[in-house]
Amino acid sequence: MRVALFVTCLADTLFPDVGRATVRLLERLGHQVEFPQAQTCCGQMHVNTGYLRDALPLVRHYAEVFGGYEAIVVPSGSCTGSVRHQHAMVARRYGDDDLARRAEDVASRTFELSEFLVGVLGLEDVGAYYPHRVTYHPTCHSLRLLRVGDRPLRLLRNVRGLDLVDLPDADVCCGFGGTFAVKNADVSTAMLADKMRAVLATRAEVCTAGDSSCLMHIGGGLSRLNAGTRTVHLAEILASTRDG
Amino acid sequence: MTTFLGIPTAPRGVGHLRGDEPFPVAARKALANTQLRRNLGKATTTIRAKRAAVVAELPDWEELRAAGQAIKAHTMRHLDHYLTELETQVTARGGTVHWARDAIEANRIVTGLVRGAGAAEVVKVKSIVTDEIGLNDALAEVGIRAYETDLAELIVQLGKDRPSHILVPAIHRNRAEIRDIFLREMGDVDPGLTDTPAALTEAARLHLRRAFLSARVGISGANFAIAETGTLCVVESEGNGRMCLTLPETLITVMGIEKVIPAWRDLDVFLQLLPRSSTGERMNPYTSMWTGVTPGDGPQAFHLVLLDNGRTAALADETGRQALHCIRCSACLNVCPVYERTGGHAYGSVYPGPIGAVLSPQLTGVEDNASLPYASSLCGACYDACPVKIDIPSLLVHLRARHVEEAGRAHRVPSPEAITMAAAAWVMASPSRWAAAQGAGRLGRVLGRGGRIRRLPWPLSAWTAARDAPQPPAQTFRQWWRAERGDRT
Repeated sequence: MRVALFVTCLADTLFPDVGRATVRLLERLGHQVEFPQAQTCCGQMHVNTGYLRDALPLVRHYAEVFGGYEAIVVPSGSCTGSVRHQHAMVARRYGDDDLARRAEDVASRTFELSEFLVGVLGLEDVGAYYPHRVTYHPTCHSLRLLRVGDRPLRLLRNVRGLDLVDLPDADVCCGFGGTFAVKNADVSTAMLADKMRAVLATRAEVCTAGDSSCLMHIGGGLSRLNAGTRTVHLAEILASTRDG
Repeated sequence: MTTFLGIPTAPRGVGHLRGDEPFPVAARKALANTQLRRNLGKATTTIRAKRAAVVAELPDWEELRAAGQAIKAHTMRHLDHYLTELETQVTARGGTVHWARDAIEANRIVTGLVRGAGAAEVVKVKSIVTDEIGLNDALAEVGIRAYETDLAELIVQLGKDRPSHILVPAIHRNRAEIRDIFLREMGDVDPGLTDTPAALTEAARLHLRRAFLSARVGISGANFAIAETGTLCVVESEGNGRMCLTLPETLITVMGIEKVIPAWRDLDVFLQLLPRSSTGERMNPYTSMWTGVTPGDGPQAFHLVLLDNGRTAALADETGRQALHCIRCSACLNVCPVYERTGGHAYGSVYPGPIGAVLSPQLTGVEDNASLPYASSLCGACYDACPVKIDIPSLLVHLRARHVEEAGRAHRVPSPEAITMAAAAWVMASPSRWAAAQGAGRLGRVLGRGGRIRRLPWPLSAWTAARDAPQPPAQTFRQWWRAERGDRT
């Protein structure tokens, strides 16, 4: 299948390994990956902070850049959620019904990585090898906006060498919440403390998730404490093989 | 030409819909209270598990939620019709209906009625709406003593405290703290009082019994009002409510106008949704319903005060009006990771938690509660738990947008945040500008060591106060792609 990668502004800028892993994984599975270089950002930060009018050009830009693709894969539940649940709403709020229809159309072809692998391709074993003790944090938007359910866990259970440990209170938010982490930094930190307590209780060496943003938050807290557990995106685990 | 001044919101200076300080400031203080964290964590964890168990029993739970949502949406669309029908029916059955534009009018009406009945004390139940309007303060000003009879409300009142939860107003207190309050504030209490639940309940029972038997006026809120017959409904767990509703000669019910439902068959839906969502019970222990006045049985005078206090302003916002669908079950509070850590006081309003964060700013005007729509990580747990499917995360975003738009109109000079957001959108709308900005951002590499940054300048210093930030990589993804694959898309 010919697949467009929407790498997300965050992974593009700060976590390029997540983008590279997504490309490597999809190509290993026999798909042709394209990276439309005009892509920028889904606009979620603007929408969720209340700057909906500023998000409007970003919604239009996304529809223009990705409108021609049959499938768009995103290594983020949150950005996929924004495309699917916010883009048309933003367009309608400012009276652009034509854009709203185009946004809905392109959103119907935009998939979070685990949705694409399990739901569209029908795969649970992607031939990965990752010999580490891992716990999985289901990010809020994957869980409650996209309803990815146990798709990421089904993928992880099929990774050779991987020791998967259940995360206590897994469905509780890590406290990231975009600009919430800065505007309500104290509450955000209190939520992070409980998430880190749960992660560390698993004695896992790796905490994984489908969103670089939440991982940046959890990982930033673990790193500050030199806690001995690192965060790794789901795409990087699934892209790993015995050859590296 | 007339100037449209907007629909009035709840007036300032009366009642309890506004806090003294913004949410992040109040929250910081609450977070430092480890006993509060412990009490809240324990209580919300217990009630979450109970709710999950009884909700899972019903195979048609999702259909019930959809029905609840549909009934509320229909009622809001025809609120004028159902309110006048309610007035007609209550009046026809011997009650008196009063319309209160706001807290000031409602307080004036109720204090007038209590004085007219010649009473110096009143017993109260379902007091959240009367707390919204600050009724107890208004009664005290004219020398009328109010007894809160709901056990948790009594604890709050005796402790000279504020409620912190819609359903469990004293959720922030544990047994030992309640015992201390009773020993300090109940004149007639046994000094050997222990902190077992049975002993505390018995002490409250003895304390309230005298008030029940002597009070000539009862004041209540309402869970539902059925338009087709003019019937009021209160659900509760203790039976104290039924005492208030049946013993006094005069009953005054204060009710937000959004509480009306069209017909008895609608009550069937809500009496299934409410107890399971709120207390995690299949059915609440006491359901009291009354219709007007029945000669020789119960109160011989019944007054219904229909309160607006900003509700029509909320109704005028076609997106925001969903918040008026709330049946005050508090399921959203119990699942909210923010509420669980801060408690209700940090929200500054009698309506705390996720629903409070979307309701209070609409009742007061967003400007007066501007920090509340941001008091959420938008995790969505509240939406999943809501028995009438109020899309709270979307409402929060909508109110953030209203705040940004209203602040933009009110101030000629945009805020630093507004300038940053506009600049970011301008950059991100163009791939070349975006690539250039990424190049500039990579200068941040000098701040990092070993892949992490320990300290960033304001406003990102709020991030690095407790979290490391990643060091920007030597190469962005798009640079890597271009290097590896050239200009091929």
